[in-house]
Amino acid sequence: MTTRSVSVSGSRPRVRWTYRAVGGFALATMALTACSSGDSDDSSKESDSGSSSKKPSGTVTVFAAASLKESFTALGKTFEKEHPGTKVSFNFGGSDALAASITSGAPADVFAAASPKTMKTVTDAKDAKGTPATFVRNQLEIATLPGNPKKIATLKDLTRSGLKVALCAKEVPCGSAAQKALDASKLKLTPVSYEQDVKGALTKVQLKEVDASVVYKTDVKAAGGKVAGVEFPESEQAINDYPIALLKNAPNAEAATAFIDLVKSAQGQKVLGEAGFLKP
Amino acid sequence: MTGAAEVLDGGSRRRSGTPRFRAGVPLPLLLPALGGLVFLVLPLVALLVRAPWRSLPDQLTSVAVWQALRLSLITATAATAVALVLGVPLAWLLARARFPGRRLVRALVTLPLVLPPVVGGVALLLALGRNGIVGRWLDSAFGITLPFTTAGVVIAEAFVAMPFLVISVEGTLRAADPRYEEAATTLGASRFTAFRRVTLPMVAPGVAAGAVLAWARALGEFGATITFAGNFPGRTQTMPLSVYLALQSDPAAAIALSLVLLAVSIAVLAGLRDRWMAAS
Repeated sequence: MTTRSVSVSGSRPRVRWTYRAVGGFALATMALTACSSGDSDDSSKESDSGSSSKKPSGTVTVFAAASLKESFTALGKTFEKEHPGTKVSFNFGGSDALAASITSGAPADVFAAASPKTMKTVTDAKDAKGTPATFVRNQLEIATLPGNPKKIATLKDLTRSGLKVALCAKEVPCGSAAQKALDASKLKLTPVSYEQDVKGALTKVQLKEVDASVVYKTDVKAAGGKVAGVEFPESEQAINDYPIALLKNAPNAEAATAFIDLVKSAQGQKVLGEAGFLKP
Repeated sequence: MTGAAEVLDGGSRRRSGTPRFRAGVPLPLLLPALGGLVFLVLPLVALLVRAPWRSLPDQLTSVAVWQALRLSLITATAATAVALVLGVPLAWLLARARFPGRRLVRALVTLPLVLPPVVGGVALLLALGRNGIVGRWLDSAFGITLPFTTAGVVIAEAFVAMPFLVISVEGTLRAADPRYEEAATTLGASRFTAFRRVTLPMVAPGVAAGAVLAWARALGEFGATITFAGNFPGRTQTMPLSVYLALQSDPAAAIALSLVLLAVSIAVLAGLRDRWMAAS
């Protein structure tokens, strides 16, 4: 281990340093851009060879609403079993946030939204291929503490004083649906919090921080015994359609189409039905 | 590019006792430095370029924006005050006191730095929530519930921001010469008087720098806040929360809101920076 000291000759005129620095910086930038463009060429070649084989392979990237988490994860595993060599990677979140990232160019193959409105964001931006199809519907339910200690039976009970209720923010589908149901029954409800997505509203009940929240049937089911569900008739007024679409810039359109077919198939519908979704 | 040449010429200040360096910045340092600068500034430039300047006045005259901004400034300042009152003594303990398990304590103190903010929020709920370890007792004995209140926002922000202050102050204390304190105590001052009259003035710049860091971190805090304090306009909806929700429905509004937050924090940081830079 001998260390060689590298001496920087400092006797050069200073201006030369500047030129060299700027030139070097420009060169480095050019080299970087050259690299990245080279990469993109490679990837396009790969996708060409993938489409020529006409069999789903590679990774499918699915952006899906938070409420689809359990059922889609199960369907993803089924898909990977049926098509060896494929991998389904999910990005679950609030539909609007997902739509926003898709319209800003996130590389996704499939978008499954919790409301037609959020899907419209994507179709308006011409980011979807073909027309989105409704694959399931979801109904609201009141989630309350196990055993329902507060004796909540109707939507009106949520407006009782002293009850802590969490709602989804009006900006997200579960929030606008809850608002629709409240408006239909002419109720005024002031929650303690407008949650950022439906899982947030559910978590607050699971942790017993609020007495109740308005979430989807599917969320109550997914929470198992940690929350109790209370159905209310006004939820008929605000049933959410869930559209699914192939995205225009899908890096892996082949496999993405196969995945959408699985979701729409009898097998897919069975899994979604078990999770508490209604048939379209 | 004459400006750049002048900048690169800097650093030939001669101080007594320091060896004289050759002027100029070595290339291996300059390139990554420029790259780092571009990396940090480019996203901000993008925000400014894409900002909806035309509709900006309309966006910023809404009551909700000022409500959120006011709440953000108040809670961030309160959280910084909490961090100062609790954090400076804690930093002194870590820097000056000898006790077993000091390393472990330091690691625990810095934990909120690496904890995902949402997990921090859940941890706070489990500790101080209505059903939490301490919160349950607070609720039954005093009727105090912290989640979904403005106090809850302050707690969430202080939890995330305090480690910055503690680390900063502890570093300054370690660098400060303890002999001054020792001299003070040999002259008859108590440990606390020595801390108050000698140590604290000596480390004031470090405390100020730490406080500014903590304040800035508290101002941008999102995850722990929305999890612990929820989201209710005027009570717990700080600026980052309203930015996030605006992004769901109206990205242009979200950018406008972000600009306000940026402008305010830059104004405050720039205003303070000279003060504490001069002190150090």
